[in-house]
Amino acid sequence: MIDLLFYLLIFPGLLFTAVLGLVVGWVDRKVSARFQYRVGPPFFQNFNDFFKLLGKQTIIVKDSVKSMFISAPLVSFGTLSLLAMLIGLPLFFGQSFGGDIFVVMYLMVIHSVMVVLGGSSTGNVYSSLGAGREIKLVLADELIFIIVILIPIVASGYELELAALIKAQSSGAFIGSVNGVIGFLAGLLCMQAKMTMQPFDIPEAETEIVEGPLMEYSGPLLGFWKLNHFMMYVVYPFLLILLYLGGFNLQGWGILWAVLKYLLIVVLMIILKNTNPRLQIDTALKFFWKILFPVVLIGLILAVLGV
Amino acid sequence: MSWYNKRLAKSLWVFHVSASPCNNCDIEILDLLTPKYDIERFGIKLVGSIRHADVMLVSGIVNQKIEPRIKRLYSQAPKPIFVVAIGSCMSSQGVFRESYNRCKEVKEVVPVDMWIPGCPPKPEAMIEGVAKLIGVLNE
Ligand code: SF4
Repeated sequence: MIDLLFYLLIFPGLLFTAVLGLVVGWVDRKVSARFQYRVGPPFFQNFNDFFKLLGKQTIIVKDSVKSMFISAPLVSFGTLSLLAMLIGLPLFFGQSFGGDIFVVMYLMVIHSVMVVLGGSSTGNVYSSLGAGREIKLVLADELIFIIVILIPIVASGYELELAALIKAQSSGAFIGSVNGVIGFLAGLLCMQAKMTMQPFDIPEAETEIVEGPLMEYSGPLLGFWKLNHFMMYVVYPFLLILLYLGGFNLQGWGILWAVLKYLLIVVLMIILKNTNPRLQIDTALKFFWKILFPVVLIGLILAVLGV
Repeated sequence: MSWYNKRLAKSLWVFHVSASPCNNCDIEILDLLTPKYDIERFGIKLVGSIRHADVMLVSGIVNQKIEPRIKRLYSQAPKPIFVVAIGSCMSSQGVFRESYNRCKEVKEVVPVDMWIPGCPPKPEAMIEGVAKLIGVLNE
């Protein structure tokens, strides 16, 4: 019991993910700033932002559905902590929990659902526009994401447990094969869309619909939305590492190697973010369904053939 | 409280209200946000919604149409919020003093925390103003 609480609240769960997320969020802002020939924010910027938001007044919109408005960011925060634990346990301790990869798949959608519910509960025009766009984006990337998860399952000989997936890669990570490369790259693009980062920041487009679903949020609730976003910087790359890069080996030089793997994914995401302008929603849908879908399907077939 | 004020001083999010200026002040504010001045160094960020803001930058004379809107924006902002008035129009109504549609001085509409005069003030002047605000918060 104590173990479980420790896992959930401290090490791979809440605290670790939140702190690492805020630090990686700083890396993102700093590297983006360097891309634009700026100096960028100081190291503790994201911590300051978060604590500042915690101390501000919360305004609950009069016409909103109050229970939904308040619970959306908190539920999303809870789900992400749980996800961090579920993915962190096999990565760091080699243990499996009761569920398998399908639990992870379901939990991953909850964040998007909460963005939609929270955005549409306020009654603000921009928020509901953003919520609508979020639904379309989920429609666009979800199928690809499922196939991206299917490829390692097939390649490992139909293992569904997360720890077993890592064990199947002990002789060589899945990215070493053609289907692995296809799956990894498609997975990277899916993460980008799931985190609503450029070029898929369509629901939160700051310059046209002013952060969309988050527009009416203020104070601590907004702080939790921001924290959720930073926690995704940890959860999603960890999942990709688990599925394609063979997990972490935490002995000796393995630690350095683990950090490098994580940084590789984060830096790839930041480069994608900074070199691409925002797509329109129909272009994004077309991109996912017409271009990426056949490609990952070929990857899946290759995985079945064992190439 | 001082611990919180220090956090606040390091992360001021700015919302820009254009209260019928001649547009020059707005352009200077946009200049301020370009990579050349890079105010993200101080943790300052431009936000698009008043609900996220800590600082309300107001520029221009306050005319009849904009007056109720400024009031409304101020009441919609989560407290604590600081109002920074940019430009000579704000502090003295500048060249529009005799204009037919001017209404009230901004300090009669919302409580102003800081004035940055100039027609328009240079971005450096604005940075200095904000640095003073940060200094007051840090005390
Ligand atoms: S202070 Fe000068 S530049 Fe600024 S709005 Fe007024 S007239 Fe224009």
